[in-house]
Amino acid sequence: MMRAALTDLPLILDRVSLSAGATTMLDRLNLAITPGAPTLVLGPNGAGKTSLLRVCMGLAAPSAGTVSWGGRTDRGLGRRAMLLQKPVMLRRSVAANVAYGLAQAGCPRHRRAARTEELLDRVGLLGLAARPARRLSGGEQQRVALARALAREPEILLLDEPTASLDPAATRHVEEIILMASQSGAKIVMASHDLGQVRRLAGDVVFLVRGRLCEHASAGDFFDRPASAEAAVFIHGELVL
Amino acid sequence: MSEGLNAWQLIASGDATLISIVRLSLTITLAAVAVAAVVGLPLGALLALTRFPGRSALVVLVNGFMGLPPVVVGLTVYLLLSRSGPLGAFGLLFTPAAMVIAQALLVLPIIAALTRQTIEDLWREYRDELTAMGVGPPGRVATLLWDSRFSLITAMLAGFGRAAAEVGTVMIVGGNIEGFTRTMTTTIALETSKGDLPLAMGLGAILIGLILAINAAAWGLRVWSEQRVA
Ligand SMILES: Nc1ncnc2c1ncn2[C@@H]1O[C@H](COP(=O)(O)OP(=O)(O)OP(=O)(O)O)[C@@H](O)[C@H]1O
Ligand SMILES: [Mg+2]
Repeated sequence: MMRAALTDLPLILDRVSLSAGATTMLDRLNLAITPGAPTLVLGPNGAGKTSLLRVCMGLAAPSAGTVSWGGRTDRGLGRRAMLLQKPVMLRRSVAANVAYGLAQAGCPRHRRAARTEELLDRVGLLGLAARPARRLSGGEQQRVALARALAREPEILLLDEPTASLDPAATRHVEEIILMASQSGAKIVMASHDLGQVRRLAGDVVFLVRGRLCEHASAGDFFDRPASAEAAVFIHGELVL
Repeated sequence: MSEGLNAWQLIASGDATLISIVRLSLTITLAAVAVAAVVGLPLGALLALTRFPGRSALVVLVNGFMGLPPVVVGLTVYLLLSRSGPLGAFGLLFTPAAMVIAQALLVLPIIAALTRQTIEDLWREYRDELTAMGVGPPGRVATLLWDSRFSLITAMLAGFGRAAAEVGTVMIVGGNIEGFTRTMTTTIALETSKGDLPLAMGLGAILIGLILAINAAAWGLRVWSEQRVA
């Protein structure tokens, strides 16, 4: 397959701005996402984490600057997948939602049923396969969406607060899935508010404040020697304004 | 023919005239809704998913046409199909085909407008998710139509109800010819003016029953679909 030969990495943002009307969501961001351990995106509410992930996915075109995936600037989907902050379930069963993702990813029809089962089992939802997806709880929907994103066998997996509505056990479970995906070669780019989770998962940390890249450092450096005053107070659980 | 019988006896005895009139009405209206759906569903989806200059005006126009006066539609189709009209050569005036065309024009804006609204709302909700899954334009249309199938069927039922109940267009373009283009509504109009009330009332009862059945079906479908796919 032609597509397999192309890679989306490195993902490079070159002076990327994103604005809607008078609001600036991202302000002249420079960032390189390279293969390796998960990149965690941190920042207070409204800092621009979701906006950054949407630009990285190609869902939003920057209003200035350029984004490139493996040197290509067309937003046409390569092997990227994204778990949205508020996932949308199609008006179908849980299994049909995952099967839909598989079909879009080019999985041949005769293998879809088995793959669907595999993926649902992986996110711990096999028992809910036949249920209408929109009737599931928020946490369950988030895990269906994770299964649907994994169906793409992504090279870059963008996750927007994937555990925000999960209970502690489900959170650990999803973190294991994410680590597994990471170890099998997927590049994880993930927004999170849970500092414990960031410590558990992060290779490097991207810290945003008001649409600006405030800090990009290895996880160790970010927590032990934050370079900016904003990061220091954020780590200590204080309000960053 | 039906002198001395009352409306209920007419219906119960399965009066041949009555049955043929009901059958013709249903056939014409079903055909009209089918034609309107074949044109209206893609047209509505297209209006929902594309942006072009003049789109807003077109949306307003289609919405406005939902309330087209049936007699005006009838008159327009009459002029088009009449011997001296642009489509006069086909000789369709005063045939069931002309009635299907006229009713389809009446129903088309209803189906197109409701489809546009439904698909546009759903697209707003699905856009990021479908884009993130790499769904191209044909796949989008298919997914949106399928996931809004219950709303769209409701729209078609609404169109059916409007077409089945109207009298103006079919009277004008069909000519109310006995045994050929006489429908429930035109028969009611004619027989009432002639004073044959039992047949008019019998047909009226059937028509009301039909409309109620359609609305019950729409309601049932809604309830059922909410349980199935919510
Ligand atoms: N479509 C839009 N139009 C205008 N402003 C927007 C739009 N989308 C987001 N914003 C604004 O841009 C800023 C960044 O939003 P974004 O969703 O990226 O923040 P976030 O870091 O993901 O926040 P959270 O932690 O709450 O998820 C916010 O102030 C938000 O109000
Ligand atoms: Mg967000």
